[in-house]
Amino acid sequence: MANYSTSEFKGGLKIMQDGEPCSIVENEMVKPGKGQAFNRVKIRKLISGKVVEKTFKSGESVEGADVIELELSYLYNDGEFWHFMNNETFEQVPADEKAVGDAEKWLVEQDVCTLTLWEGKPINVQPPNFVELEITETDPGLKGDTAGTGGKPATLSTGAVVRVPLFVQIGEVIKVDTRSGEYVSRVQK
Amino acid sequence: MLVKRAELLRQVRQFFYERQVMEVDTHLLSQFGVTDCHLSNLTTEFKYPLPSANEKLYLQTSPEYAMKRILAAYKHDIFQLSHVVRDDEVGRFHNPEFTLLEWYRVGYNDNQLIAEVAELITELSDAPGTKVITYQHAFIEYLGEDPLTASGVESIRQRLIEQPALSDWMSRETDEDTILQVAFSEFIEKRFPVEVPVCVTEFPQSQAALAKIDKRDPRVARRFEFYYQGVELANGYNELSDPAEQRVRFEKDNEWRKKNGLAAQPEDTRLLAALESGLPECSGVALGFDRLLMVICGAKTITDVLPFSIDTA
Repeated sequence: MANYSTSEFKGGLKIMQDGEPCSIVENEMVKPGKGQAFNRVKIRKLISGKVVEKTFKSGESVEGADVIELELSYLYNDGEFWHFMNNETFEQVPADEKAVGDAEKWLVEQDVCTLTLWEGKPINVQPPNFVELEITETDPGLKGDTAGTGGKPATLSTGAVVRVPLFVQIGEVIKVDTRSGEYVSRVQK
Repeated sequence: MLVKRAELLRQVRQFFYERQVMEVDTHLLSQFGVTDCHLSNLTTEFKYPLPSANEKLYLQTSPEYAMKRILAAYKHDIFQLSHVVRDDEVGRFHNPEFTLLEWYRVGYNDNQLIAEVAELITELSDAPGTKVITYQHAFIEYLGEDPLTASGVESIRQRLIEQPALSDWMSRETDEDTILQVAFSEFIEKRFPVEVPVCVTEFPQSQAALAKIDKRDPRVARRFEFYYQGVELANGYNELSDPAEQRVRFEKDNEWRKKNGLAAQPEDTRLLAALESGLPECSGVALGFDRLLMVICGAKTITDVLPFSIDTA
């Protein structure tokens, strides 16, 4: 993998730090008028998800990380691996539990997810921002209630639990924002 | 913003007209660059070589050398508002091309010039009075360490290594000035009061740049810097006038450059000739005009106060 000099630092660049692939979130150059320049950098560790600050001496090089992001559609789970497919090459990629993590509860067959691969292996799965899922369990609501009165918990077909308005019933399909885990709307079938 | 900028340009000029300081406008393209360890000239090629010049020309990182040649010849107070260009500098407080306000006062020592810089900042930005502190006292006040002793520097280095963000390279760093400069940014500058301009004086002699060494305490140089609202605004000196010492500083810079994998830069022989002919006793300062405007307008980035930044130029 190529090395990157601090002058090539920018948001999104993938570098190795502490043996872990990282993505640069923010890069600020600090340069006294008469003195050594350095880069104050915020990096996200791609496996642990932690954001840490690092200061690099300007002009130094760091090892790049062999990280790519792919848009793949979700196929199925075989009990151990979640399988994804590249819709153009039909190549299949299995992701393990560690890579899938919390995304599991938002995986809907055929939805296109963003997979981060390090040295060819998936390390992170990001579901689409919005998914549509059926409600499998929720308390029957009271008649006449409208949205905005606090709502109730509802279990979705993937096992995810979200708060929904009281009028939403079992069997209905709802749209959920996967970033916040919040109910957006009902979906007409 | 353009209106504010125009107003500030006018106010700055007015400030100097009132004090009988003459405006000069020197060249941007020069046959020499700088040896400064931490500055890098952008260069360009002239297609029609002059009989007396190289094809390679340097865009000036500051008008300092040119202004000193004028000082040597005319011994007159001068100021300049000029665009300067520096390679490798881009960020929140940096644009590769920016406006520098630089002025020289004949017969002034650095304390007199510090008073004038404080006056200018107060007049233009409504800042309250300036806090003046020596480099050594700033380290003692904000960090409890003495930057002028070897044991102090080592102890400062240990404090830096304790920072997780810095541990990787600081544990191998041996350059004392680099250690002090990083510590200054990480521990000292951040702790300055924001509501008043802060002037740091008596930088260590190893960071003298083009300032005279203090006669009573040779560990420090007659160099000062102004900071205001978290921004480094100005850098000034009681100017070095001894050509032999100037030559030594050029050589030291180039030694450092070679040791650190940078190309040595030709020494500006015309500056040396001007010093030979006699630079008057004087003090000078360079102030980042765009940064002053940032502070006055409360702008977050330098891009906000430039008509066009490098991204749109």
